Amino acid sequence: MAAINVNGKALETDAAPDTPLLWVLRDHLGLTGTKFGCGAALCGACTVHIDGEPARSCQVARADVGTRRITTIEGLSADRSHAVQKAWLELDVPQCGYCQSGQLMSAAALLAQNPSPTDADIDTAMAGNICRCGTYNRIRKAVHRAAELLKKENA
Amino acid sequence: MNAEANSLTHNTRRDFLKLGVLAGGGLVLGIGLSGCSKPAAIGAGGQPVAWLRIAGDNTITVLVDKSEMGQGVYTALTQLLAEELGVALEAIRVEAAPVGAVYTNNLLGAQITGGSTSVRDAWEKLRKAGAQARSMLVQAAAAQWGVGADTLKVDSGAVVNGRKRLTFGELAEAAAKLPVPTEVTLKPAKEFTLVGKPAKRLDTASKLDGTAIYGIDVKLPGMLHGAFAQCPTLGGTLAGFDAAQAKTMPGVKDVVGTDNGVVVIADHYWQAYKALGAVKIKWDAGANASLDNDAIRARLRKAATRNGRSVRNDGNAAAALKGAAKVVRATYELPMLAHATLEPQCCTADVRADSADVYAPTQTQTIAQATAAAVVGLKPEQVKIHTTLLGGGFGRRLEVDFIGAAMVASKAVGKPVKVIWSREQDMTHDTYRPPAFDTVAGGLDASGKLVAWKLDLTGPSITARMFPPVVETAIDPFAIEAASNYPYDVPNIAVNYNREEIGIDVGYWRSVSHALNCFVAESFMDELASAAGKDPYAFRAAMLDKQPRFKRVLDEAASRAGWGKAPAGHYQGIALMEGYGTYMAQVAEVSMKDGTLTIHRITCAVDCGQMVNPNIVDQQIEGSILFGLTAALWGDITLVRGEVQQRNFDSYRMLRLPEVPRIDVHLLESSEAPGGVGEPGTAVVGPALANAIFAATRKRLRSLPIAKQGIVTV
Repeated sequence: MAAINVNGKALETDAAPDTPLLWVLRDHLGLTGTKFGCGAALCGACTVHIDGEPARSCQVARADVGTRRITTIEGLSADRSHAVQKAWLELDVPQCGYCQSGQLMSAAALLAQNPSPTDADIDTAMAGNICRCGTYNRIRKAVHRAAELLKKENA
Repeated sequence: MNAEANSLTHNTRRDFLKLGVLAGGGLVLGIGLSGCSKPAAIGAGGQPVAWLRIAGDNTITVLVDKSEMGQGVYTALTQLLAEELGVALEAIRVEAAPVGAVYTNNLLGAQITGGSTSVRDAWEKLRKAGAQARSMLVQAAAAQWGVGADTLKVDSGAVVNGRKRLTFGELAEAAAKLPVPTEVTLKPAKEFTLVGKPAKRLDTASKLDGTAIYGIDVKLPGMLHGAFAQCPTLGGTLAGFDAAQAKTMPGVKDVVGTDNGVVVIADHYWQAYKALGAVKIKWDAGANASLDNDAIRARLRKAATRNGRSVRNDGNAAAALKGAAKVVRATYELPMLAHATLEPQCCTADVRADSADVYAPTQTQTIAQATAAAVVGLKPEQVKIHTTLLGGGFGRRLEVDFIGAAMVASKAVGKPVKVIWSREQDMTHDTYRPPAFDTVAGGLDASGKLVAWKLDLTGPSITARMFPPVVETAIDPFAIEAASNYPYDVPNIAVNYNREEIGIDVGYWRSVSHALNCFVAESFMDELASAAGKDPYAFRAAMLDKQPRFKRVLDEAASRAGWGKAPAGHYQGIALMEGYGTYMAQVAEVSMKDGTLTIHRITCAVDCGQMVNPNIVDQQIEGSILFGLTAALWGDITLVRGEVQQRNFDSYRMLRLPEVPRIDVHLLESSEAPGGVGEPGTAVVGPALANAIFAATRKRLRSLPIAKQGIVTV
C-alpha cells in the first residue's frame, strides 16, 4: 500500500506504481469526478491540481505523485462554493458536462495565480481543455465572473 | 415498477403495438403512496408508471424518457410537465425512464433520442401528463373538502380552497385511486409561466462537483473492469488470440473474445489496459483489407454517373438547363467525420443466468435492450437498461456497438464488468458521417434570374443498415435533407439520389445529411449569385417571397450581422436552411492575412417556433455552430488498408477556446409549432464560412475540410 494525499486526506492505495493518477483516483479511490477523455494529455478532462498546479492526471504515474497534495473536483470546495463553481452555475455553463471538471480545475488554477485574467490569459490557460459541446464562450464569461466573485470575497 | 413496465412492454410485436395504442389513447402516470416503498401504478389496465411519481413527502419525480446528452432534455421536458402540473421547476427531481413502449418516440417509432425530436415529441405528451395529474389531485381535494373541483386552484404544489391548502403529497394517495382523465384542457400559450422562459438547467449543479454519473462512472458491488481491442481494419473480425502472458499479469481475471475483438477483464482498468497490450491477437481483416479514401471516392464518382432516384421534380430542369442563357456546374466532395464524444464509448453489464442489468450512455433504449439480450441469449424483457448521463451523443450513441463486449465479459466471469474503450479505439471504430459526391447545376436566364436547379446526390445510406424497413421502398429520408426542401422560387428543380455503399458502416452524425446537402446547396447558391453578378444576400432574398419564415431569418441574420458593412479587410458569407422544423440563417465574417484565416464572428438568426427554454436553445445553437465549425475547419477521417488513420485529438483536431469566434445568436419570437434545435446550426455554419472565404479570396471551396484546401487555419 502506498500513501497518497487527496483532497486534504491522507489515504492509502494498492495501485501499482506505474498506474496513472487518473485511474488511481477513479478506480482505486472511487473519485469519478475526474474524467478520462484521451489518455494522452490532449483534452484536459482529467485535470487535477498537484500542489496547486494544474496537471493532466492521465500522464502522472502514482509513483511520481508521492505524497504531494492532490486536489480533484470533489475537493475544490465542500459545497460548490468555489468562485468558479458559483460562476459556472450562474451562467449555466455545462451542456453534457463531461469536460467541465477539467475546465473548472484549469480555471481555478488560473485564478489562483492571476486574479484578473484578460481574454488572452484565459485563452492560454484553458487551451488544453476541449469542450465538444462548444460551451467555450460561456466558459470565458464564467472565468471573468469568477474573478469578480473572488475579488468580492477578498474585499 | 420497472419489472412491471418490462413485463408489459416487451412481449411480442403484436403486444407491443397493442400497448402502443393503449398508451397513446390515455397517458399513464403513477403516484407514489406515502409510507410505501413501492410506488403504486395507476391507470386503466395497470399500465406502468410513465411520467411522474408524487410521494407523500411531496417529493415529485419526473421520469424523462429522452437521454440527457447535454441538449437539456432533463430540464426542458420537465418544464413541459411542470407547466401543467402546477409546481416550481426546482421542486422536481428527474430520473431516467426505464425501457417501455409508453416511451416510444412518436416521431421515430422506438425509444430513441435523436433527430432533434425531443421537444417536438414531448410538446403535447408531457403537458397532457401534467394536466392529467393535476386534474386527479384537484378532484381528490374536492372530494375531501366536499366542494366542486371547479372552485379550486393549484398553487406551487398544492391545491388551494380559499385559505385551506392540501399539498400534492397529502393528496397523492387519494388521487391515485381515481381514474386517469382522458380529456384534459391544456393552457393556451399566453398563460404559460414556465414554458418559453429561460430557466436554469436542473442538471448543472451536479456537473460542477463531480457527482453527475456518466456511463464511465458506474460502480457496482464486485464490479470488474474491461479493456477492449477491436480489429484495426473496419469490418474485420477476430481470428484468434493467445492470452497466456496477459493472464499472468497483476489483477487479470480473464481474457475473452467477441466477434470482432478481445476483452481483458481485471480488478482495475489500468491493469486490464496494460494486459491487453500483452495479448497476441490474430485478426481477419476481411473485405476492407485494401480499402482507402481513393477507392471510396472512385466508387462514389462512378456511381454518380448513374441516373439516381428522383427525390423532387418541379417543372423540367433538364430542358430548362439546356435553354438557359448561362449554365453553372460544379462537383462537391465531402469527407467522413468522427463523432468524437468526449466520453469514450463504455458500458457496464451485470449478466446473470436469467436476467441482466445494463448501465449504458445510450441514445436508444429499445435497440440497446434488444442487442444486449441477443448477445447473451436472453429475451429483451429479461434485460433492464439503466440510462446514465451521456458525455456527448451527437448520434454516436444511437449505435449499440459498445454494449456487446460488456455483456460477453460479464457473462464469462459471472460478475458485473465495466468496459471502457480507449480514445484510440473510439476514434478508429466509429460509424463515420458518410462521405458525399454531389454534382449540381444551375441555369440563369439573360437577366441573371435562376430558372433551373439540379442536384444529384451520391453516397451510402445509414438508414439501410440501422432501420432497413424504412428504405425497402422509399429513399433514405436521412440522405436527402436540406435538398428535397430547397426553398428558392425556381420554376425547374430536380433532386436525385444515388445510393452507393462504401464497404464500411456509416452513422448518423449531428444534423446527418443536412450538413452535407446544405453545404452543397448553399455554397452553390453563392456560385450562382456570383455568375449572375448579384449580391449573395439579395440574390437569395429575391427568391424567397413565398417563404416568409426563410425570408425572415435571412433578413434578420443579414441585418444583425451588418451585411455589406463589414470593417475594411473583413468579408462576409451567408447561408440558410430549414431542418427539424427550424428555420435558420447564418452570416460568417472573416479576414485573411498572408493566407491565414481568422473567423471574427458568426451571426445566427433562428426561428424554431415556440421555445420551451430559450437559455437551452441558445446553448444548443451556439454549441452546434461550433461543432460544425470544427468539422468544416479540420474534420477528415481517412483510411489506409481499411484502418482509420486518426487516433486521438492530435490527428483529429477539435476547436479550442482561443480559436472560438464571437457567436451572436438571435432567437426570433414565433407562435409556430416547436422545431428541433440541437442540429441545424451544425449544418449552416459550413457554407456560411466557405462563402465568406470566397468573398475574401475568390477561392471556391468545393471540398472540406478547409485546412486541406490551401488555407491556413492556425
